[in-house]
Amino acid sequence: MDKMRLAVIGNGMVGHRVIEELIEKSPQSQFDITVLCEEPRVAYDRVHLSSYFSHHTAEELSLVKEGFYEKHQVKVLIGERAITINRAEKVIHTQTGRAVYYDKLVMATGSYPFVPPIKGNESKDCFVYRTIEDLNAIEACARRSKSGVVVGGGLLGLEAAGALKALGIQAHVIEFAPVLMAEQLDEQGGKMLRRKIESLGVQVHTSKNTLEIIPQGTTARNTLKFADGTELEVDFIVFSTGIRPQDKLAKQCGLATGRRGGIVIDDQCITSDPDVFAIGECASWQEQFFGLVAPGYKMAQVTADTLLGNDNQFAGADMSAKLKLLGVDVGSIGDANGRTPGCRSYVYSDESQDLYKRIIVSKDGKKLLGAVLVGDASDYGTLLQYKLNDIELPEHPDSLILPSRDGCGGAKLGADALPESAQICSCFDVSKGHIAAAVADGHTTMSAIKEVTKAGTGCGGCLPLISQVLNAELAKQGIEVKNHLCEHFEYSRQELYHLIKIEGIKTFTELLAKYGKGYGCEVCKPTIGSLLASCWNEYVLTPEHNGLQDTNDIFLGNMQKDGTYSVIPRMSAGEVTPKALSVLAQVAQDYDLYTKVTGAQRIGLFGARKEDLPAIWQTLLDAGFETGQAYAKALRMVKTCVGSTWCRFGVQDSVGLGALLENRYKGIRTPHKMKFGVSGCTRECAEAQGKDLGIIATDSGWNMYVCGNGGMKPQHAVLLASDLDQTTLLQYVDRFMMFYVRTADKLTRTSVWLNNLEGGIDYLRDVIVHDKLEINQQLEADMSKLIASYECEWAKTLSDKDQLARFAHFINSDLSDDNVQFVPERGQKRPAFITEKVPTYRIQLDNALEEETV
Amino acid sequence: MSKNNKWFSVCELSKIYPATGVCALVNDKQVALFRPYNDEQIFALNNMDPFGQANVLSRGVICQHGDALWVASPLKKQRFNLTDGSCLENAEIAVPAYQTRVKNGVVEVLA
Repeated sequence: MDKMRLAVIGNGMVGHRVIEELIEKSPQSQFDITVLCEEPRVAYDRVHLSSYFSHHTAEELSLVKEGFYEKHQVKVLIGERAITINRAEKVIHTQTGRAVYYDKLVMATGSYPFVPPIKGNESKDCFVYRTIEDLNAIEACARRSKSGVVVGGGLLGLEAAGALKALGIQAHVIEFAPVLMAEQLDEQGGKMLRRKIESLGVQVHTSKNTLEIIPQGTTARNTLKFADGTELEVDFIVFSTGIRPQDKLAKQCGLATGRRGGIVIDDQCITSDPDVFAIGECASWQEQFFGLVAPGYKMAQVTADTLLGNDNQFAGADMSAKLKLLGVDVGSIGDANGRTPGCRSYVYSDESQDLYKRIIVSKDGKKLLGAVLVGDASDYGTLLQYKLNDIELPEHPDSLILPSRDGCGGAKLGADALPESAQICSCFDVSKGHIAAAVADGHTTMSAIKEVTKAGTGCGGCLPLISQVLNAELAKQGIEVKNHLCEHFEYSRQELYHLIKIEGIKTFTELLAKYGKGYGCEVCKPTIGSLLASCWNEYVLTPEHNGLQDTNDIFLGNMQKDGTYSVIPRMSAGEVTPKALSVLAQVAQDYDLYTKVTGAQRIGLFGARKEDLPAIWQTLLDAGFETGQAYAKALRMVKTCVGSTWCRFGVQDSVGLGALLENRYKGIRTPHKMKFGVSGCTRECAEAQGKDLGIIATDSGWNMYVCGNGGMKPQHAVLLASDLDQTTLLQYVDRFMMFYVRTADKLTRTSVWLNNLEGGIDYLRDVIVHDKLEINQQLEADMSKLIASYECEWAKTLSDKDQLARFAHFINSDLSDDNVQFVPERGQKRPAFITEKVPTYRIQLDNALEEETV
Repeated sequence: MSKNNKWFSVCELSKIYPATGVCALVNDKQVALFRPYNDEQIFALNNMDPFGQANVLSRGVICQHGDALWVASPLKKQRFNLTDGSCLENAEIAVPAYQTRVKNGVVEVLA
């Protein structure tokens, strides 16, 4: 049988999803798929578009796994726009003159930004906010601008305003209606949001009808004139005044369109032509458009099922949303404005914290109709479940939004109360039943659940709920998740930390006797060695601690493949004086050490024999160097750019802050190694967002990013707090590091730690910024003790004769290891391969005691 | 065991911290000596990690798995049985093991 020719016009989020659905559901593809993609790249995540400003990689946003289309023989015509459709001949013509024939056609042409017909709106200082190209243009313009305005105070407009602010632009928002986000919020909620946003430095102007943009001004390049006679001067303008379905092609080929535009579809997403489907923002279902991704994904699913002959239908969509605008949590569910006749509201407002919560319930008080959350959207998941599953409300519905104090109140809905059919992830339509099935199949971690079900990988709003369902299912199915350290300790690293701390345990032997069994192993010994150091910061090489350490810690250097060590002194923030540098060069020459600038902005000397380490370090210490802890699970370094001291673009002294941070936290043992970065401006030359802690300078302070990672699984750091002064920044870093030390599992980098932290970055922010657990005082006190007890381990080691004896290769001879051999390469040396090694020495020892015949 | 093996005195027992190892040169061989406890029990293996081909086993962490004691190589953490040198990760690989004894506070190795 010939394959069915399927054409898809549009490769946006929904246009890509329908192909994924088809391929997932019919592994041996029955379709010969051709995709027309007008944009210069395949589908990307428009929901997280603004993040492009922080990482600038289109790949990061891409929704298409590398090689996906090739693997499944999907033909993607990038940069090709459909010009006409001839439905009688079933052929599409593109702007390059190509003809694409189809048996079935899916139109996923999306929408276009609506720009109001204001005089002057075609200026080169006017932009819209939809594609990566738009963002590139806005960013280029922002570089030569001081101020900008977003016209439109809806969801996307506020996000755009946040992006402008992050670009260092003095940002304004203009809204025609009297409140912000009039579609999703009620008046009070809109007011609270406005207060919060203004306190963050974005100026909001409501009830403004823009009449004209005049390309001149006294303080900026353009002047906006409003109907009320007022004016606003800004350098550039971003329009975010709604979208319109892209139905031009449909009109051209005579498909039925709605009164307000959009391609008319039925419950199977079929248009007026039975061989043509329309999905996503271009479709009009019962005279409604859906500008969110979840309904679009649902339509993609329905279309795929219909094509495959499965029964499925589109039945409208829930337009609830949870998002973070300029760092403010906002949630809107159902009838947020309370327009249902007879409905009643419960309102909780806390102006001291800029919190506003309202729920709208049915007349009989039994069903939730809608909700508005501003400032704290942590109840969103629970409320949405009440709404979507028509779950009967508790006797006092207000308990759902009142703050829970002293453990009372807060009648939260447990995962067990949800029906199997409850939709947990609306972006990917994943039900509780799906997640339960995945758990039963052995996927018992958050990351595994995300991987196999896709749940939580869209907007991410449902992550806390997924975690609850996961835990409830694990408990129900009797699956025990063991995070025991090893066979000798039936405790997690976190539990052991608390035991050590609370009981004041100072040695491994003591801990093993009290809480462990057996002898210990290569897993628990170094972990507990590190925990003891994190708690008490004692010298790691005392006779009690020595046997716990990995060789790197014992000999204070990283063991290389041939058994030699690296020598890496600290160069805080990458600074080194010429005088110190010359001593380093001399040492390298004297001991014939391979010399290289490491990935951590410092100089490493390699190939040092163990027995030479004390002498090498003595020379370095005399020249003012100290250990760089390159061997330890601890802060390695702080990478910095040159900063405002020298750089023409820098706005803060990044090197100064970097050196301060490195010296403050050096030597403190952490669950895994840590790397920091400080950039002096948004150009981000220090690549701080790839670090465990990344600091980026702003005009008014520092933005603090946490839990990034380069390495094996790159992950961008996430913004924890903005525009911090130095004192607050250090406070937050103290708390962040101690909280990580306290709670992370063994050998867990901060990125993985965050990914597994229930509640994610919001929870972390609650702990560190808002002191949710009320432990910050303790965290800071613990940290200041550790900082105060720092000593250079090499200095300490060199002052102790007993320690020095350990560095000899043989305990009974002054000879060196003859198996350590080098050959020259590129003007230096490298370890010899086995085949290059010369035969070893023969030495006669005269301490044979007696002949033994066995 | 070859007939040329002899007992060699190596060092004072007190020079080896409990729970650590040291390397000794015995009859031209690099021998890793391990002292798991604060007593006279000493184990001896050849110091060469057969995977990494480097003389490093004496610098590994002493560990227990099942009822046996092992040393985890500091290079890639393969574990070698302190009694017979067998490798936990690969049954086909073993490092030479040597007999030891302590006389008058001095460690001796048959190698």
